[in-house]
Amino acid sequence: MINLTIEDRNGDRQPVEIPEGINLSLMEVLKASEYDVLATCGGMALCATCHIQVLEGPEQYFHATDNELDMLDTLPNADEHSRLACQMRVTEEMDGLVVRLK
Amino acid sequence: MEHIDTDICIIGAGPVGLFAVFESGLLKMRCHLIDVLPQVGGQLSEIYPHKPIYDIPGYPEVTAQELVDRLMEQIAPFHPTFSLGERVETLNRHDDGSYTIQTNDNTTVHCQVVVIAGGLGCFEPRKPEIDRLIEFEGKGVAYMVKNPELFRDRKVVLAGGGDSALDWAIFLANVAERVTLVHRGDTFRGVPDSAEKVFELAREGKIDLILKSNVVALTGEGHLQEITLLDRNNEVSHIAADHLIPLFGLSPKLGPIANWGLNISFSAIEVNTRDYSTSVERIYAIGDINTYPGKLKLILCGFHEAALMAQSAFKYVYPEQKLSFKYTTVYGVTEF
Ligand SMILES: Cc1cc2nc3c(=O)[nH]c(=O)nc-3n(C[C@H](O)[C@H](O)[C@H](O)COP(=O)(O)OP(=O)(O)OC[C@H]3O[C@@H](n4cnc5c(N)ncnc54)[C@H](O)[C@@H]3O)c2cc1C
Ligand code: FES
Repeated sequence: MINLTIEDRNGDRQPVEIPEGINLSLMEVLKASEYDVLATCGGMALCATCHIQVLEGPEQYFHATDNELDMLDTLPNADEHSRLACQMRVTEEMDGLVVRLK
Repeated sequence: MEHIDTDICIIGAGPVGLFAVFESGLLKMRCHLIDVLPQVGGQLSEIYPHKPIYDIPGYPEVTAQELVDRLMEQIAPFHPTFSLGERVETLNRHDDGSYTIQTNDNTTVHCQVVVIAGGLGCFEPRKPEIDRLIEFEGKGVAYMVKNPELFRDRKVVLAGGGDSALDWAIFLANVAERVTLVHRGDTFRGVPDSAEKVFELAREGKIDLILKSNVVALTGEGHLQEITLLDRNNEVSHIAADHLIPLFGLSPKLGPIANWGLNISFSAIEVNTRDYSTSVERIYAIGDINTYPGKLKLILCGFHEAALMAQSAFKYVYPEQKLSFKYTTVYGVTEF
């Protein structure tokens, strides 16, 4: 199991458990867990409505790729821990990640 | 204040609203379109202009912007009229069944039929968290550059790091007294050419570039006068400014249509699939904004809905006439 912690917009934290080996993005996991994520573009890094912040966890998830940074630049509330959930594949290495919905 | 009289008023100039002009035009119904965005094309022009689309019949591949351009070409013979950059606010029904629609710019449109092709809703500017931002809207704060002349010989601060922030910084450098671009990062992505140009203008002293900083507060008496900045080391600074233009893109909201008494489920308008009419007579909803069992949010499906809507709307525009179905292949588009 991959264990994630999601902080919603009210600041409440909930654990989410994801079976290993499922080929989903974090955005899809958030939607499946019924979080209010718009994801207008369906995961193409075109809409920035799946914006999250990485609060704790494996170092590599703190850094967005160039493609994401293009999009994050169009958001007023992005910072250096911002990522697009649709651009993050859920893998075992993600275990322990804490993210906040923006 | 402008007044327009037409047969059909279409709210939303996305692909579905545009194609509705074609289907209505074939039946000799005149259309006026209103969109809150300054350009036509809806999601295609706003979110993904360069993305290829593969599921439009007859086009194995077409970019979103090209499809919008072709739709404009296709409807040109019907001479539709447009109010762009205006948001539809209110709807009033008259005793004879016709409607008057009003926009936030006080344009009024009198029509026999209303077609809501509002897609995901109104695209509205993303607003940063800046102290007193709302208070200075219209008094120095604007989210779009509609008329660059407004900024001639003024001190303008742009905030943002996307393509529009870069493009306007370059353009306004020759118009404004002083242009300052504030960006939270220290590099610009987007079109490399524009980023390079902005750095060059800064080197030449033609614009001020303030990186790794955010605008956090505004001050002024009646009109914006000063902007407070916070940098990554938590140092505060102030700059004089007549205008602030935050350019952080747009995000869609359902907007005023939600208050019109139509049956709405999960932010979409419920319709009858016979003709895509809503629960209110003479109001139709087509494209992404509607919902019914089996709904697919595809351009193709919106086109089909536009065709059935036009056939049904005919009876309100020409109550005396009987509609007989004809093919464009036999008569051409304007020869009916
Ligand atoms: C990234 C992405 C890729 C896609 N790819 C495809 C694809 O390959 N094929 C496909 O078929 N579909 C695709 N889609 C879906 C497609 O874009 C939509 O189905 C289509 O845009 C719907 O068209 P529309 O005209 O109904 O609405 P929209 O395109 O959303 O246009 C609605 C317009 O109405 C305006 N509006 C709303 N309310 C008001 C108001 N009160 N006053 C004034 N104006 C108003 C809005 O500003 C907007 O311009 C994609 C969508 C996205 C986001
Ligand atoms: S879903 Fe659109 S950017 Fe992630």
